[in-house]
Amino acid sequence: MEYLAQQLINGLTLGSIYGLIAIGYTMVFGIIGMVNFAHGDVFMVSTFIALIFLLALTQVLGLGSLAVALFIVLILAMLLTSVWSWAIERFAYRPLRGSFRLAPMISAIGMSIFLANLVQVAQGPRNKPSPSMLSDVIILSDGGGYTVTLSYKQILIVAVTAVLLTAFWYVVQHTSLGRAQRACEQDRRMAALLGVDVDRTISLTFVMGAALAAVAGLMFMIYYGVVSFSDGFVPGVKAFTAAVLGGIGSLPGAVLGGILIGLIETLWSAYFSIDYKDVATFSILAITLIFLPSGLLGKPDVEKV
Amino acid sequence: MAVAPAELSSTKARPLTAALKQALGAALLAFGLSVPILALRTEQDISNRLVLQPRWSYVLIAVLLAFFGRLLYLTYAAATANRAPRVRVRALTTRTVSAGFAQFVSVVGLLALLLYPWIALSIVGRAGAIKWIDNFGIQIMIYIMLGWGLNIVVGLAGLLDLGYVAFYAVGAYSTALLAHTFGLSFWICLPLAGILAAFWGVLLGFPVLRLRGDYLAIVTLAFGEIIRLVLINWVPVTNGYAGISGIPRPTFFGLPFNASDQGFAAFFGLEFTPLHRLIFLFYLILALALLTNWVTLRLRRLPVGRAWEALREDEIACRSLGINTTNTKLTAFAIGAGFGGFAGSFFAARQGFISPESFTFIESAVVLAIVVLGGMGSQIGVAIAAIAMIGGTEILRELDWLKDIFGPAFDPTQYRMLIFGLAMVLVMIWKPRGLISYRSPSIFLREKKKVRADLVREGHG
Repeated sequence: MEYLAQQLINGLTLGSIYGLIAIGYTMVFGIIGMVNFAHGDVFMVSTFIALIFLLALTQVLGLGSLAVALFIVLILAMLLTSVWSWAIERFAYRPLRGSFRLAPMISAIGMSIFLANLVQVAQGPRNKPSPSMLSDVIILSDGGGYTVTLSYKQILIVAVTAVLLTAFWYVVQHTSLGRAQRACEQDRRMAALLGVDVDRTISLTFVMGAALAAVAGLMFMIYYGVVSFSDGFVPGVKAFTAAVLGGIGSLPGAVLGGILIGLIETLWSAYFSIDYKDVATFSILAITLIFLPSGLLGKPDVEKV
Repeated sequence: MAVAPAELSSTKARPLTAALKQALGAALLAFGLSVPILALRTEQDISNRLVLQPRWSYVLIAVLLAFFGRLLYLTYAAATANRAPRVRVRALTTRTVSAGFAQFVSVVGLLALLLYPWIALSIVGRAGAIKWIDNFGIQIMIYIMLGWGLNIVVGLAGLLDLGYVAFYAVGAYSTALLAHTFGLSFWICLPLAGILAAFWGVLLGFPVLRLRGDYLAIVTLAFGEIIRLVLINWVPVTNGYAGISGIPRPTFFGLPFNASDQGFAAFFGLEFTPLHRLIFLFYLILALALLTNWVTLRLRRLPVGRAWEALREDEIACRSLGINTTNTKLTAFAIGAGFGGFAGSFFAARQGFISPESFTFIESAVVLAIVVLGGMGSQIGVAIAAIAMIGGTEILRELDWLKDIFGPAFDPTQYRMLIFGLAMVLVMIWKPRGLISYRSPSIFLREKKKVRADLVREGHG
């Protein structure tokens, strides 16, 4: 029982990270119907941006307070990752709008390879251990010979995720930008005729997705304490799985899917085999797409002729 | 990058100032992008702590590249804008190499490939030829074969397959395991590997083929990764990361290529040299690749080939006309997978050793890049793209003189995938239908339409 409780806590933390990345996939898919294959690598770039700024603030500038440093790193990482995502959309996807249907996907795969290798060349192929922080834990229960702990990292991750998702939800539901996004999602041409700047709205969608991915990137770095240029691919596919499982195009679906994937991954590792945990996620992706293509909360996909 | 009308008019009004302004914008953007990632490299010091090493010269290079790249592009755009009409349909319409030229290229190319080992021998001599035949010749031919195999799936049937390397792996591991378990020779393993890979193609293809293009791509990616992870973790059978070694080498009608009395060299009264085996392997993979090409060319004229091309153009129309889309897709998947299996079998026998390292997603991406850059569906295009990309990679290894300019730590090969990725993006932007040529449908109703159906749908007609 205690073991299960611990796994549920770990799974929820991991799921929050996946959920944050999954929103980027689901929003972009909702608005332009494209799988942004490079999103996982944008996330990876954000982990490096966060790591470098953290080092610069704590070592070079000698900032004493960790909380202040993390807050500044969060803002800077969100900002610069957004710039990356904006530039990628402008350079690699926008010229292909209206091209044949596989073109943006192939361009995105190319971008993903480019980003991973750019970071590999610039930062070196090794794993980078980040300075350990927030490693204190709260002991929740000590019965049955197994200690259930809740670390400050986990509290921070879940709390930041919850706050940001609420803010994000407000933006999409109650601001003119959110209205424009939902309008573009329904009918881009009609939205353009009614005076919505479609290009700007799509750019901002990429920017919002990247900002959330940057938050996930910082959380990922704090949680695992190590970053690598190859970290874009597997978390990216898992977050995409989360988006698909929750119903691609649906924001609550992405969060729900993220938490489910996080839970499934930790429970699978805990009770079955840690070697096959990625196989489990990839299988869920395939099974969902085959048997439940609209996901748990998604709308059924109607093909228009 | 598409130039918006507003940019065009401003470049006309005050061309230089506007262009400079935009180039400055690009430079500023490049600065913003490269500041943390390029400027500060994280390195571990002796006590395993991460420290930052500033490298501002990289940022300067990136900024200058962005500035002059944008400026050049704007000059080019301004120069062409005066000549061409605003709405350019031409760039997106069907583009095929003319029939005569294509035939010329294939004949010359085939002759060059047939004579290649001898040309290499006569130019660089025996010692140098090993590298040229093995690293360049055989390596490129494997990728040409994989490209042609994937071309059936992606180019002809229009199914984006991101897990093609899975079938390559199935072929390689089938050969290795059959040879070890049953003691079969390469020549029996080769067809069996192809059949097994085709079987896996059907098995994996069956549930997923009703998915839409990008979903299909993701699911094939997932399958490719699942197969790789199983190969890593199923240690009793596959030996995990350590891989399988001691795979039997191909023989020449039962004559092994070794220095023994029963060997190839002794039988024909030649002096023993490892070159014999390499030349034989080169002709073997050439024959396999040509078989792939020949089968594709013939299949394209059969009803199933016509159905593939129709499917690529418009799936709904196909279904309305009574074509069984599931079967059509499955045959494409199975045949493509089968050729991947042949290539994998050859790869295993050539290396004598295989491990899951050789079958990562990057391999799938490289083969896909070859098909895309060559022009989907075009056989010659794929061959040229494979030569350019794989040969280019090998040439990067040779560029030792660059070390004299950039210092001894400079390793050109690490930029290989960087260039691959960027090339994929640029080709999609510049010529979405493929760099070299694009295969339009082989058959038409009465006449070839000026503008293709999907272009009309996209609003260009």
